[in-house]
Amino acid sequence: MQINDLINHTSEWLKGTGPNSDVVISSRIRLARNLNKFPFPHWASKPQLNAVLDKTSQAMEKVDALKSSTLFVLASLDSIDKQLLVERHLMSIEHTQKTEQKAVLINDEENISVMINEEDHLRIQLMQSGFNLFEAWEIINGIDDALAKLLDYAYLDDFGYLTACPTNTGTGMRGSVMLHLPALVMSRQIERVLAAIAKLSFTTRGLYGEGTQASGNFFQISNQVSLGHSENEIIENINGLIRQIIEQETQAREIMLAKSKEILEDRVGRSLGILKSARIITSQETIELLSMVRLGSDLGMIKDIDRRTINELFIITQPAHLQKLENVKLSSDQRDLKRAELIRKKLNLL
Amino acid sequence: MLCDICGKNPATVHLTEIIDEQMNELHLCEDCARNKSAAMEQQFGLSDLLAGMADFEKPSSKEEEVVTVKCPSCGLTYADFKKIGRLGCGDCYNTFRKYLAPLLKRIHGSNQHIGKNPAKIKTSARVYKKKSGLPELKNQLQKAISEEAFEEAARLRDQIKELEAKQEKES
Repeated sequence: MQINDLINHTSEWLKGTGPNSDVVISSRIRLARNLNKFPFPHWASKPQLNAVLDKTSQAMEKVDALKSSTLFVLASLDSIDKQLLVERHLMSIEHTQKTEQKAVLINDEENISVMINEEDHLRIQLMQSGFNLFEAWEIINGIDDALAKLLDYAYLDDFGYLTACPTNTGTGMRGSVMLHLPALVMSRQIERVLAAIAKLSFTTRGLYGEGTQASGNFFQISNQVSLGHSENEIIENINGLIRQIIEQETQAREIMLAKSKEILEDRVGRSLGILKSARIITSQETIELLSMVRLGSDLGMIKDIDRRTINELFIITQPAHLQKLENVKLSSDQRDLKRAELIRKKLNLL
Repeated sequence: MLCDICGKNPATVHLTEIIDEQMNELHLCEDCARNKSAAMEQQFGLSDLLAGMADFEKPSSKEEEVVTVKCPSCGLTYADFKKIGRLGCGDCYNTFRKYLAPLLKRIHGSNQHIGKNPAKIKTSARVYKKKSGLPELKNQLQKAISEEAFEEAARLRDQIKELEAKQEKES
């Protein structure tokens, strides 16, 4: 697989299927793992980092679930390629910085990615479409078991898996669910929900994880605590919270439909109209309008555009994707033109 | 709506900051938002936050000792950890155990791992054959409850739950 192949491929998690996929975009689990006897990446020498890269990539070659995957060495990618991987949620923004001895392994379905030498030696990630954390855990747990037989992980009985940052120690696990909550935002209930989430020691982030702000109507919610609870308990806790949020969003949608259907239809229709006709559009406006179109599609107001098309548009209208599709470096203004053109093409073809 | 910071450009970025459970809404133009997020990263980087917490744990009478303790495996000192908020290697957890145990408790509400264990995976065949002592664990649970050792009881309860789930899956 080449980076260029990704662009014409729909990631597994973008398919818009799976439980509660009207509210939940995707479910993600990541595990942080480190090798015993090797300093954590930020404290390691180049030869040590190279040894970690060799050991981990060789071990991953032997894992069945990772057989059809590709290892990308970050230093050999240009900045657009790296950004493309971030836009596809296959690696973190942090992994694009100081790229020496860093790599990322991506499977063909694009639901598994493993970052090597990010903050920890290994960051194993699994993404599923819809509300599906347990299934994600089952798959990633199997991969982790297979790797544990081949690698000597840094682990203590009382502290669990040892990580560079003590906020990840224990299970090394972070479960995140990406939610689309337009009705809670429009009905101004979202502040209350976010405040409650923060009190329960969960974190809310934006579309691109750590360090990004929630943009538009998208919210990524994940556990903060990784020690003192088993993996199953952590998932059960997130699930309990997410179920409540789904219920509130669904209720808010129902109330809006009952009380102000015309206003909602108007907003959805206008959003689709702009997307179908605009000649210049920023990525921020695109996200906001697509969010309304997705809501319209979920509520049956728009029948001819499915979730998968909308999900794909979210990704391919991002800066690196546009530049990759056009195969040239584009300025911000040029991108706004090309973005509008691409959206018009995609939506008017249907 | 105009930007809260410069008051000149239209606000297109809406930030919600949560500091000490206090929510704060900010409406910013793109330029100010960019500056703000860079400044926030500098001011409130996680490493600083952690370093602050580590500082808090420091017993004042033993200041000298704490700062100069050095991990024999990787050479990181506790002072380094306080500065960068990251440990140097797995062995640091043993080296700085005295200071990290309360820090982990502060962060996670616990410093006892009860999740999966890589050693058990390596020897899983053997462990499962022995049925890994479910009756024994249940005995311990009863004992812990009768002694009102609730933290221990909760830990045992979870262990039992997990074990039962595992066995159910296998059968």
